[in-house]
Amino acid sequence: MASVRYREALNQALREEMHRDEAVMLMGEDIGVFNGAFKVTQGLLEEFGERRVRDTPISENTIVGMGVGAAMTGLRPVVELMTVNFSLLALDQIVNHAAHIRYMFGGQVKVPLVVRMPQGAGHQLGPTHSHCFEAIYLHVPGLLVAAPSTAADAKGLLKAAIRDDNPVIFIEHEYLYGRRGEVPEDDDHVQRFGEAAIRREGSDVTIVGVSRMALTAEQAAETLADEHDLAAEVLDPRTLRPLDLDTILQSVHKTNRCVIVEEGWPHGGVGANLAALVQEQAFDYLDAPVARVTGADVPMPYSKPLEEIAYPHAPQIVQAALATLRDV
Amino acid sequence: MLRYRRFEMAERVVAPEERTAAPLPEPERAREWLATMMLIRRFEERAGEMYAKAKVGGFLHLAIGEEATILGAARALRPGDYMISTYRSHGHALARGTAPEAVMAELFGRVDGCSRGRGGSMHMFDLQRRFMGGYGIVGGNLPLAAGMGMACDYLGTEDAVLCTFGDGAANQGTFGETMNLAALWRLPVVFLVSNNQFGMGTALERHSAVTELHKRGESFGVPGLRCDGMDVADTFTVCAQALERSRSERQPVLIEARTYRFRGHSMADPEEYRTREQVEQWRARDPIVSFGQRLSREGVLGEGELARLDGEAIERVDRAVDFADSSPFPEPPSLYDDVYVLGDQVGGWYSVDARTPTPHRGEDERAMPRHQLPGGAGYESEHTTSTARPIGAVQGLPDETDAEESDAEETDAEGANPDRARPDRARPDRAEREG
Ligand SMILES: Cc1ncc(C[n+]2csc(CCOP(=O)(O)OP(=O)(O)O)c2C)c(N)n1
Ligand SMILES: [Mg+2]
Repeated sequence: MASVRYREALNQALREEMHRDEAVMLMGEDIGVFNGAFKVTQGLLEEFGERRVRDTPISENTIVGMGVGAAMTGLRPVVELMTVNFSLLALDQIVNHAAHIRYMFGGQVKVPLVVRMPQGAGHQLGPTHSHCFEAIYLHVPGLLVAAPSTAADAKGLLKAAIRDDNPVIFIEHEYLYGRRGEVPEDDDHVQRFGEAAIRREGSDVTIVGVSRMALTAEQAAETLADEHDLAAEVLDPRTLRPLDLDTILQSVHKTNRCVIVEEGWPHGGVGANLAALVQEQAFDYLDAPVARVTGADVPMPYSKPLEEIAYPHAPQIVQAALATLRDV
Repeated sequence: MLRYRRFEMAERVVAPEERTAAPLPEPERAREWLATMMLIRRFEERAGEMYAKAKVGGFLHLAIGEEATILGAARALRPGDYMISTYRSHGHALARGTAPEAVMAELFGRVDGCSRGRGGSMHMFDLQRRFMGGYGIVGGNLPLAAGMGMACDYLGTEDAVLCTFGDGAANQGTFGETMNLAALWRLPVVFLVSNNQFGMGTALERHSAVTELHKRGESFGVPGLRCDGMDVADTFTVCAQALERSRSERQPVLIEARTYRFRGHSMADPEEYRTREQVEQWRARDPIVSFGQRLSREGVLGEGELARLDGEAIERVDRAVDFADSSPFPEPPSLYDDVYVLGDQVGGWYSVDARTPTPHRGEDERAMPRHQLPGGAGYESEHTTSTARPIGAVQGLPDETDAEESDAEETDAEGANPDRARPDRARPDRAEREG
């Protein structure tokens, strides 16, 4: 194991996969000469050259669409969108094209494309630059969706995404780029999709945290242990499609309570979806309604004190967990 | 108040440019061009009839009048080149060599359709013939074409891409974005605007400030050419030139083919946006009639040959209809096929089935025989609850289908089972919608 920053782990994954397979190439705004808006692609232009690392104009829909076309005809493009906020301009190519081409043409082609992009609030960037959009992409059949929260998963999942034959929406998090984590040193650390991580074991309440919120959930679990003598089990689904619902259900069978934490909006969110699945599949095991902790149902405000309360923090998760235990 | 620019519709018809007629190819080829244009025409006509009989669902966009543009472009391609088109692409698939049977079966929504009944009229596809699809999103195919060109380049092949789209599509953001990228990266892509002078009911002059669309690439560094899209030889010559240049100079080229669709935008178009006179004027330049006349005049076609070729086209289309009619509908258990490629490294639940709250596990899907796949009547799990409805209740699926039939059907690969043909349905409100 080596201690590596999340962004470096992603960089390693890209470098290793580019060495492994010449069909892998990168496209994105400022990923080459500038080394990436978040420095994820640092050094790759120098190492692999302009053929394989391409700075693009600011044309999100078209660069994703080119990735789709290239993926249909033999390449494995990894497209970086500067942030999820700008992926809205590429929704047509992501949904109508990347996700549906295989199905709509009766399985004649595959689209092995990865679209990477970071999300997240907390930098006072206001409404247009603070989105969390796992839910939008989770919604779409044909897409796979990954949202790694640790350096090890960032690396392992990205390698798996690049090798996968489906279009993958790979959601990173701006807050996580600088965080260190232990990453296995062997250069073939691949994390399969569809396997949730149990970040902390416990038997009193299940807390599912998505993306950055997996970390926040762990903080909440510590508080629950220290101040309330409660053992929370913290799960990080790691990928939302496919979803390791089995692990989540097993945990709920044990704890009989479930709190879901996400940074995005509540309506039609990841938590709304997961709560529906949990109640459908484990109704008889639940001792309390499934609880959700989500971002506030507002465009993200700029002013610090407002921004602070507009996305979830550990105390809210503690409260939600306690509420599921109120009647015990 | 909004004020529209006024113009006299009938005056808009531009006389074909004064230029020397493009050369004919050798006689055998010339006859094939004519025969294939006739096939496309007869196919489109029959497709329209089949739509009226409710054999075809959804939207149906016919390319009658645009055959020369389609065929001239397709014949300028090498077998390894890619062609990519729009929702008006039955003709492109046929021109590329896809069997009329497969295109008609796709219109009928049958398993033998060239997209296995998943795409319908707007989404034809034939990987084998490098026909890379019809696309329902106006302007959506341009970035894909550039990506394919990038792959040709990246892989060091000599292949090129020909991307056709409409005059309306030239106003999408993807047009400018793609022109710029294709020029910037020197991609071997020829963009062909089939300028039929309308985007649905909006005339060229009312949707574009610069109506000479071939000029639209200039500021991006994409040279423009134009051709007479009513003349197959001219279209061929210009497309071949452009492809040659694109291939050898690594350079995108934009071609504008002036053409006209004789029928409405789709089957539900009362055509209130143009005059009968205008349509008649363009019909007088029918690309098939005029090419046939030229071939007769220049001695390529013998006495009665025109009628013979036409008879063959009609017969071929008849066979396509018979085939499509006897091809089975896709079985309900195939509903979830090919949403995903089920690889080795993926576990977990892929899809959630709204009918039974039964999520689909990647592992199970890989291991399961096809007929037991999620969505199939044979699929059961411990999670299935009483809210489960029989498969026939799924919206949009034929309700007369049952599991027994599906077993019998599997052996019948040729699909020769006319009994499967569904009774024609009345279609109450479809004419109201268009898009
Ligand atoms: C993005 C998008 N917007 C609107 C439509 C509805 N629509 C379908 S065809 C069409 C007109 C397109 O005209 P043009 O590009 O000239 O092609 P033509 O139909 O003339 O072949 C429109 C507006 C669509 N399919 N996609
Ligand atoms: Mg048009």
